[in-house]
Amino acid sequence: RDYQQADIKSLSGWKQWKSASSKSLKKCLNEVKELSSYLELWRHDIHSIEGKFGTGIQSYFSLLFVTLPSIISKYGVFNSSFAKIPPKNIEPHCTVYNPSGNKGLVYFYTYLKDLLSGTGFLEVTSLFYGYYTIDDAWLSILRYNLPLAYLLATFAYLALSLLWIIKRSVEGFKQNLVHDEDQFQSYCNKVFAGWDFCITDPNAARLKHRSLQYELQTDLEEERMKQKIADRTMKEKLRIYSLRIFINIIVIAVLSGCFYSIYRATVFSQENSNVSIRDDIRMDSANLLVQYLPSIVITLANFVAPQIFSFLIRFEDYSPAFEIRLTLMRCVFVRLANIGVLLFSLWSQISYCATVECKACGYNYELYPCWESQVGQEMYKLMIFDFIIIFAVTLFLDFPRKLLVTHCSCKLVQWCGLQEFGISDNVLEIIYGQTICWIGTFFSPLLPAIATIKYFIIFYIKKISLIHTCKPASRPVRASSSNFFFLVVLLIGLVLAFIPLGISIAQIPSSKACGPFRNFNTSWAVVPATVLGFPAGLQQVLYGITSEAFAVPFFMVICLVMVYFIALAGAHKRVVEQLREQLVMESRDKQFLIRKIAEAQRH
Amino acid sequence: MAVRQCRAARKRAAWGVRAARCPGRRCASTSAYKRFSELLPKEERNNACSARVPKSQILTLPELRANPFQHRICHVFSTSDDGDDSMSFEDFLDMLSVFSDSATSDIKSHYAFRIFDFDDDGTLDRKNLEQLVNCLTGQGEESRLSTAEMEQLIQNILEESDIDKDGTINLSEFQHVVSRSPDFASSFKIVL
Repeated sequence: RDYQQADIKSLSGWKQWKSASSKSLKKCLNEVKELSSYLELWRHDIHSIEGKFGTGIQSYFSLLFVTLPSIISKYGVFNSSFAKIPPKNIEPHCTVYNPSGNKGLVYFYTYLKDLLSGTGFLEVTSLFYGYYTIDDAWLSILRYNLPLAYLLATFAYLALSLLWIIKRSVEGFKQNLVHDEDQFQSYCNKVFAGWDFCITDPNAARLKHRSLQYELQTDLEEERMKQKIADRTMKEKLRIYSLRIFINIIVIAVLSGCFYSIYRATVFSQENSNVSIRDDIRMDSANLLVQYLPSIVITLANFVAPQIFSFLIRFEDYSPAFEIRLTLMRCVFVRLANIGVLLFSLWSQISYCATVECKACGYNYELYPCWESQVGQEMYKLMIFDFIIIFAVTLFLDFPRKLLVTHCSCKLVQWCGLQEFGISDNVLEIIYGQTICWIGTFFSPLLPAIATIKYFIIFYIKKISLIHTCKPASRPVRASSSNFFFLVVLLIGLVLAFIPLGISIAQIPSSKACGPFRNFNTSWAVVPATVLGFPAGLQQVLYGITSEAFAVPFFMVICLVMVYFIALAGAHKRVVEQLREQLVMESRDKQFLIRKIAEAQRH
Repeated sequence: MAVRQCRAARKRAAWGVRAARCPGRRCASTSAYKRFSELLPKEERNNACSARVPKSQILTLPELRANPFQHRICHVFSTSDDGDDSMSFEDFLDMLSVFSDSATSDIKSHYAFRIFDFDDDGTLDRKNLEQLVNCLTGQGEESRLSTAEMEQLIQNILEESDIDKDGTINLSEFQHVVSRSPDFASSFKIVL
């Protein structure tokens, strides 16, 4: 304090005022931060989970929190005066579309069925693409171009998601890039930062001790195994590689089986789902089952394939860390590719054109008068089914298991034990659900809102399930690298979601019978049409930006900048190496001098 | 009146050199005062600012109860002259501010080094590392690593962190290693 006051006296009056005001500003900011941390959603819940189960599981719940900003949903609906735009001259047979909303008296269960399958009364709501019209809306004097707004809202939502994920993963990326060659799954991190000081529960502490012991022993064993691998002979290597190739072939076969079954299930479901018969409850239930068939098959594939992979990988004789990563990558691939296959089979059905009239429309107008709504319904069904499965598994699997383990002392039951909270499985579930939301947002604009509600409820379901039915994992997952890895996979999901969206918007002709893009060939065509309406100067600028004369030099400049940064990073790493060598030499010099002094003292 | 005096003392403390290094102190003060006074017997609560809480009471805090380094933490933060590791309110605030979210990595690594240095000689030698690992894996006989594993582990740790190859880890080497550790900031914290 004395030093500080002495410092202050030596400053001039202006600087004194500056330092005093910056101190009070800092104090103010601190208090604002403290207040706003109370408002942060679920902060208390996440802290208590952290205290009981450690930081790995806390990273899962934080990921759940990250996916929540899918709150943006589009309401391009204005009930004010609409300017009617006459539809362009198109083939009349393409424009026939009669969504069968419920007319007259219907049984109550019809509403339930419609809620589950997105047909009937839901099809004519703003939930699906078919509700939106090509008409523009008037806001006093401004004209609100609905088709353009629809398209741009989709792009804005995806761009915001991309920015959000990149912002969250940039911190983890920095760490990983710099420390990659240090392989920091290493001992110092585990020993010096191993104990989680947040743990307050003695039981959790006991488990943490055990998991630390297990982790250290595993790492030491892995190091001994690496030594063993390095000492392998030629014959052994040959045997192992051929075994690995064989197992990869099996993996590919399993994947092809999954994809083929999904394709067949989708085709079957599209051909046989009959919405018109609404009288017989048995036929309706069978119909509902047929409609949900793709979702059921996908969920089964997502459940069975990872089990097969984790069984097979034991024979491939990799190091334990690599095993986990490879299994995780395979599971991620299965989940995302399943959605891709579903979309591909839908697309093949939609664009299958045999007759001349069909070719005039560009898509199969008989079965799919409003194909975007159909795709939206499939995504909607996937999402609802995903939610039902999570809820049902928690209710009918986790809780009975806990009851069984606590009350039945049969040896088999006790050996099975309580459920462990499988972090990777749950994370893959979130990523799967979020990818469906991203893909479906163009076809079903309110899907992000449904996803928000779904994740909100899932947070509490998972939290209750974790606290009451799970025991902490014996193999711990490190929070830092896991966070980054999960965000990278989420990013892959987002990038993969762009592909079907891009194809639907730019390639497949939009429905002529419904939706805001009736007048255009494809959904994307509204953008060039709007650009044509801009003033001439702005048009020139836009054309200039999108021409090759601009794009190629721009691309080259970006490549140069990237090369520069990579070279800079390499140079820094070399400097760090040199400094370390210098430090070692300094200590040797010091020891040499001390020896010399000791000798000189003796004489 | 005692509370007002205490607030004044805290404000003075807040401008002190130690707190100037550690911005977390101001936020932690009010709830910390409540928790600290709960540890005292009823008759001493009014005078909480100048009372000292014995070590056995401190160890009843839930945040420290399950911590294998509880004795070392009390020893490092205690400013008691008797060597009985009792803590005053200032020591308690010090401890909370070092473990808070807003303490810098420098401060945390400095105190972590002191906590891990079991014999207080200013370096972490093989024996200290062995005691550290035993704290981490648990107290029972069957939870310890075997001698060969311990040897391999300590060898690896020294390879990674001992830059001047003298067989011990000094403060700067420790801080260097910890600064590269991604989990240190998130695990070395206590939230009231």
